[in-house]
Amino acid sequence: MRKISYCEALNEAMTQEMERDPSVFVYGIGVPDHKRIFGSTDGLVEKFGAERCFDTPLAEDAMTGFGLGAAINGMRPIHVHARIDFMLLCMNQIANMIASYRYSARGRLRVPIVIRAIVGRGWGQTFQHSKSMHATFAHIPGLKVVMPTTPRDAKGLLISAIRDDNPVIFIEHRWLYYAVDDVPEEPYTLPIGEPNILRTGKDITIVATSWMNVEAMKAAGILEEKHGISAEIIDPRTITPFNDEAIIESVERTGHCIVADNDWVHCGFSAEVAARVSEACFGQLKSPVQRIGFAFTHCPSPRPLENAFYPNAVDIVRAAEKKLRLPAADIVVDDMYSYERKFTGPF
Amino acid sequence: MKNINLDLYKKMYLIRSAESRICEYYHENEMKTPVHLSIGEEAISAGVCTAIGADGQIFGTYRSHGIYLSRTGETDKFFAELYGKETGLANGVAGSMHLSAPEEGFMGTSAIVGSIIPVAVGAAFANKIKGNGKITAVCFGDGAIDEGVFWESLNAACLMKLPVLFVCEDNGLAVHTSKSLRHGYKSILDISAQFDCNVIGKDTTDAETIYKLTTDAIRLIKESQRPCFLYLKYYRYLEHVGISEDFNCGYRSKDEFEKWYEVDSVNMQRKKLLRLGFSNEDIREEEMNIDNQIYLSIKLAKAAPYPDITELYRELYI
Repeated sequence: MRKISYCEALNEAMTQEMERDPSVFVYGIGVPDHKRIFGSTDGLVEKFGAERCFDTPLAEDAMTGFGLGAAINGMRPIHVHARIDFMLLCMNQIANMIASYRYSARGRLRVPIVIRAIVGRGWGQTFQHSKSMHATFAHIPGLKVVMPTTPRDAKGLLISAIRDDNPVIFIEHRWLYYAVDDVPEEPYTLPIGEPNILRTGKDITIVATSWMNVEAMKAAGILEEKHGISAEIIDPRTITPFNDEAIIESVERTGHCIVADNDWVHCGFSAEVAARVSEACFGQLKSPVQRIGFAFTHCPSPRPLENAFYPNAVDIVRAAEKKLRLPAADIVVDDMYSYERKFTGPF
Repeated sequence: MKNINLDLYKKMYLIRSAESRICEYYHENEMKTPVHLSIGEEAISAGVCTAIGADGQIFGTYRSHGIYLSRTGETDKFFAELYGKETGLANGVAGSMHLSAPEEGFMGTSAIVGSIIPVAVGAAFANKIKGNGKITAVCFGDGAIDEGVFWESLNAACLMKLPVLFVCEDNGLAVHTSKSLRHGYKSILDISAQFDCNVIGKDTTDAETIYKLTTDAIRLIKESQRPCFLYLKYYRYLEHVGISEDFNCGYRSKDEFEKWYEVDSVNMQRKKLLRLGFSNEDIREEEMNIDNQIYLSIKLAKAAPYPDITELYRELYI
């Protein structure tokens, strides 16, 4: 099959949907500029014109309400934010307006808007360019929250999000932009609300979100190689609606569960997963659910501090070893960050 | 203009009468919804809603009884909504602060000050793209122009040359706080005139004048392909939320009210009809029809059932 990057997959999804449906338009700060949101909006303004692909004033709040107004009048807006942190400027429109608009009109209006936003990491992104925020959005009824990890999921889920008649927050990780994988050329959808089992295994279940799936895959390889342990990795892909069936079925088999979330642990999605697993698998759990996430502080600039802020594959390996009462393996971490090496900043 | 004036009066009387009945029945504690009444605001609601026509779209705030009643003329679903009943315009789910009637072009409201303004701008964008010639109006108070989102929205609409009519209904108060305590500038009209849009402002409580100003504004929007900022003043007769007078609370005086009441829009419009040749009996008959409609609606609303428990989740997602 043809291989393309996560970034190209996002671009292809938007291009194909804009070709298919003239009501789809994409807008946001920097969307048609020469950087093209890290390349993800390449070619759209040339192909579809400034009416369907445009820059906006630095007015995140109003331009979010703008998307709502366009959506209830029959358009399908895609609003793009180069960093998800900027969406805090849109929270009133998202939480107070977009989430409840259809509900308050009892279905006489629909709100088919997609808000794409990118999670930054590394190279000094620091406090205001590195948040993940999926739990914040997932907490609010009326929104769907999608967080793809693979290029194939990025394309299929973005097409599903655009076609969905509900508002969808679509969260992309900056480092995943370089991930390359098999992606079908033709348009296709993936169901919003179904997990992806990235790796099957029988000894331990790892639930991971976004970039943490890369860490989890690395950890699973090490566990296999060093301990002969087979880890199952489940990527929920959509935080709302959250389908926990595959996770529960997996933990019922393995008896052990690690949740590696690309976010803070406190009051985060990892807590939701842990609670659901504990509720559903109480009798089958051989160890308590272990959560792994960001340090509960702000993301610092210097690399050594950043390394302590972000959890990684080693943390997952150590958590698994502890659960399974295994000695700590001797791990060489040299080649663990192949994607990260591609992100040389600045943004 | 005779028919327009009768039409305007009927709309205004409907609003005044419906709001007065809310005041009458509110103490029964059955209408459990925070009401921000439109008494004093009738001429703007009736004038703007009439001028934008059947094709026009309008957005409002939590103080939108006037818009809803002007736009639809119906009171059964309106009162049922206030009583939280299944027969309400939103099955009782939305209440007084979240009225809408999309099928009548009343596209929605918000109880967060200023938040509906950008939504109207986006709706106007969709209308422009579709080339359907529709005008989108959005009504908001002078409190909303304190909010950043108003300026963001005005800027975007002017930049994008959108067919949107901003209707600033200035009652001089944001809840209980006067403009002098909120505005660090002299004239909103002067500032808005610096934007690439049309600006119209007038001190009037005459519904026909407001209807004509709005008609002019719509013509300007179409001719210039620019938005319009329409600035009108009115006086809120009652407290911010609720059914009572609050002239003894220290932030405003009854004298101020008395001055405005001399030019009360409903009274003035009635006098105008008499001048135009309508008889007192004819007018009284129209008024009684409206009063009866309202009493019947209240009776129906009270008798209607609460929404089924399944309404709790319905329409959250498709």
